[in-house]
Amino acid sequence: MNTIAGLCGYITVIAFAVYTLFCFTVFKRKDKDKQNRIFVRQRICIFVMHFVCHALLYMIDYDVAVIIMYAVQVVLFLCCIHIYQIIYKGLSKLVLNNMIMLIMISFVMMERIKAEYAIRQMFMFEVGMAACLLVPFIIKKFKYFEILGWHYAVVGILFLAIVFVFGVEKHGAKNWIRVGGVLIQPLEFVKIIYVFFIAAVLSKAANFKKVVIISTVAAVHVLILVLEKDLGGALIYFFTYLIVLVIATGNLWYLLAGIAGGASASVVAYKLFAHVRKRVTAWKDPWSVIDNAGYQVAQSLFAIASGGWFGLGLGRGLPGIIPVVESDFIFAAIAEELGGVFVICILLVYISCFIMVVNISMKMTNTFYKLTAAGLGVMFIFQVFVAVGGVIKFIPSTGVTLPLISYGGSSVISTVLMFSIIQGMYVLNKSEVDKNDIIREAVLKEAGIGGQRGKNK
Amino acid sequence: MSYCSLIIFAFLILYLVYFLASDNSDILSNPYNGKRQDLMNERVTRGNIYTSDGQCIAETKIKKDGSEERYYPYDNMFAHAVGYVGNGKTGIESTYNMYMLTSNINPVFAAIEELKGNKNPGDNVITSLEWDIQKAAYDALGNRKGAVIAMEPDTGRIIAMVSRPDFNPNTINNDWKTLTEDKSSDSALLNRATQGLYPPGSTFKLVTLIEYLRENGNYKEFEYECKGKDVLNEAAIKCYNTKKHGLEDIKKAYAKSCNCAFATMGVGLDVDSLSKLCETLLFNKSMPCRFEYNSSSFVLDKNSTSAEVVQTVIGQGKTMISPLHNAMLACMVVNGGYMVTPTLVDSIKNNSGREVKSFAGGKGEQILTDSEVKFIDKCMKETVASGTAESLSGGGYEAGGKTGSAEFDSTGASHAWFIGYAKKDGKSIAVSIIVEGAGTGSDYAVPIAKKIFDAFY
Repeated sequence: MNTIAGLCGYITVIAFAVYTLFCFTVFKRKDKDKQNRIFVRQRICIFVMHFVCHALLYMIDYDVAVIIMYAVQVVLFLCCIHIYQIIYKGLSKLVLNNMIMLIMISFVMMERIKAEYAIRQMFMFEVGMAACLLVPFIIKKFKYFEILGWHYAVVGILFLAIVFVFGVEKHGAKNWIRVGGVLIQPLEFVKIIYVFFIAAVLSKAANFKKVVIISTVAAVHVLILVLEKDLGGALIYFFTYLIVLVIATGNLWYLLAGIAGGASASVVAYKLFAHVRKRVTAWKDPWSVIDNAGYQVAQSLFAIASGGWFGLGLGRGLPGIIPVVESDFIFAAIAEELGGVFVICILLVYISCFIMVVNISMKMTNTFYKLTAAGLGVMFIFQVFVAVGGVIKFIPSTGVTLPLISYGGSSVISTVLMFSIIQGMYVLNKSEVDKNDIIREAVLKEAGIGGQRGKNK
Repeated sequence: MSYCSLIIFAFLILYLVYFLASDNSDILSNPYNGKRQDLMNERVTRGNIYTSDGQCIAETKIKKDGSEERYYPYDNMFAHAVGYVGNGKTGIESTYNMYMLTSNINPVFAAIEELKGNKNPGDNVITSLEWDIQKAAYDALGNRKGAVIAMEPDTGRIIAMVSRPDFNPNTINNDWKTLTEDKSSDSALLNRATQGLYPPGSTFKLVTLIEYLRENGNYKEFEYECKGKDVLNEAAIKCYNTKKHGLEDIKKAYAKSCNCAFATMGVGLDVDSLSKLCETLLFNKSMPCRFEYNSSSFVLDKNSTSAEVVQTVIGQGKTMISPLHNAMLACMVVNGGYMVTPTLVDSIKNNSGREVKSFAGGKGEQILTDSEVKFIDKCMKETVASGTAESLSGGGYEAGGKTGSAEFDSTGASHAWFIGYAKKDGKSIAVSIIVEGAGTGSDYAVPIAKKIFDAFY
């Protein structure tokens, strides 16, 4: 049994490494067909990993439920891939593959930690995907969205502030609301509205005065999050605004001013709030405060260290000891059981998503699209940075979910929406470019230049 | 611009790689990681513990039915230093738990064994304890309550560590109830050598002497006429048995342990400066060691009454010190003024004897100047030549020390203290001895030191 379990572990890591390698080498091939063949191979990697992980899960206690879950998930993935490709014609297959890969890892880990989590996570993913069927239709109306500018800010701030009235506290931050028995984290959904807001207003703003006003309104978002004790969220919102501002204005001084402002704000927050100081102490030396503030980070480091490069094997570690392991600290659980190489591959997959989004952003002709894509991309990658940084003690832990992998409906749905919006914009932009190409060709032909050129060759 | 985010992300991955690639055994051996350590025991047979001269003092025996049993060949003799595995773990068994549950044998061989389902042999711990010295110390203390520590002054290596009353680690599970009920004040599980805190009695005159030397350049001219008792700042002081020591200089006052003379020296001292010196000497501070201990405390400050000051400088105030700490102070006088880092373990070796890791103690920071060391050394030697530790003279080695009789309640009963050292042919040893409620240091602690020195040379 040991032999099989050991081999399965290595197969998982190797399949993931191959998948990750494809993420970065696929664009060396200019030929569309060859690229498509690689995307198919990536999907094979996903299904191999999915199968092997479930074999390992099954070997833990020979529970038939594992087999049922496996079958349901396979059907779910196949449906997603097919329907998604029909709705989003000409989408980025790499982004789609990455999305499936990350959610697959999430399902496996949730099943490992607690089967109920996996069922709920699957349901939330389905809800998210269903919502995404509408995205392309909405995106076609995107031009109206662009005019809405300041209205986004009003809606966003209202939604963020709603927790002051109806808020429910969980894990030390009062940033949840209860709607019909379901806990929702407004910040996850406001993220998208927030990016729309900054993209819409910054795509028009040019002068300094306007930038000051916009920055103030963006700062209000951040401040609300700080007051809710959601430091990670505040950090992500702040950084996203800063980068989009610099892209929109092309002025690097804003970056320096922003970093200086952010640094001094952090110092003020450190002096003002005990909970901020607590997190910093736990980051600087978790060992000295291991019986309270440092406990979580210390347990996380124990898990990562005992996992080593190749992990203890699925089902053979003790992820349950880490507080909030299913959500903010899922990264440590994966590192413990599946190993360091595996989690580095996860990080590279996130980077691959980010690079794709930035590429999409750069191809956009419309400034609003461009900024929206860039904003969503930066927000996404920065969230990964804050989440993982906190877990591995690179930065103080601020309680942020790992996109698509962490347990949590709000987080999963908003991330799936984010991916879909980007895919939708990509499709739209591509069809516009194609249309322009056709028009240009037609014009050239009419002028007789096209034909002339042909003959000269 | 967006790609700038990738740079900080690269640092994140590098940090993770660095963490995974570095030696995390220190992290993993944290007692808070107990559950994961126990998990290791399913794959590895717990390693053994040896003295520095190669005697096995703890080993894992595999019974006929395949189950494992921890066996301690010398029963109680190494009880506190080595600790036990039973209801929790203590001593080396706890601190170095992770190392003994890690197997550093040939990785190929280890992998094969693991795939076969066999356990690999854990690494062995080589302590700095010397069997002969430990035996001498253990027998010398006999059935009295107290503690003995012997150290190598230049390296901080602990070569003997005894605490009585003790327990038999082989039968700890059966004896557990009796040991923890503890109707008397036995506290047999407590390692008095490192965790016991006692009033220092006259051994504290060493600290008073250092401070006096620093504040009074003309200390060699100090003279005092001892009449057996004196009144200083409304505090009545008397020498032991109201003995009149007559006219004396510092050296003689130290050798005879004259309370009146030291109280007179002490009242003139700057309290702030004395308490700073105590902090440099690690009172109220954490100790640079890996095993469990309690910090010594020194409580004088500006608001202390002058009577308290008088009591404190002769070691009868609220000051508390551990035998370990007192041994470190003794080391300082014989190693040129350095505060040593005490170590109990020299190295970790794998099953075939290859060194995996070594723990260097070392001299640490120089606290006393060369001239201070020279003078204090003379005072300590005078104690042996003509003072309270005369019975140490004529043993064929140069010895120095300071006795103490620390009163701990109003009945006049006292703990017997001795701190001191011996030197011969460049080989030196320092000891710290406490015998609870025995009487004077001269009568009860010094003879133990003699037996240890005799065993050492």
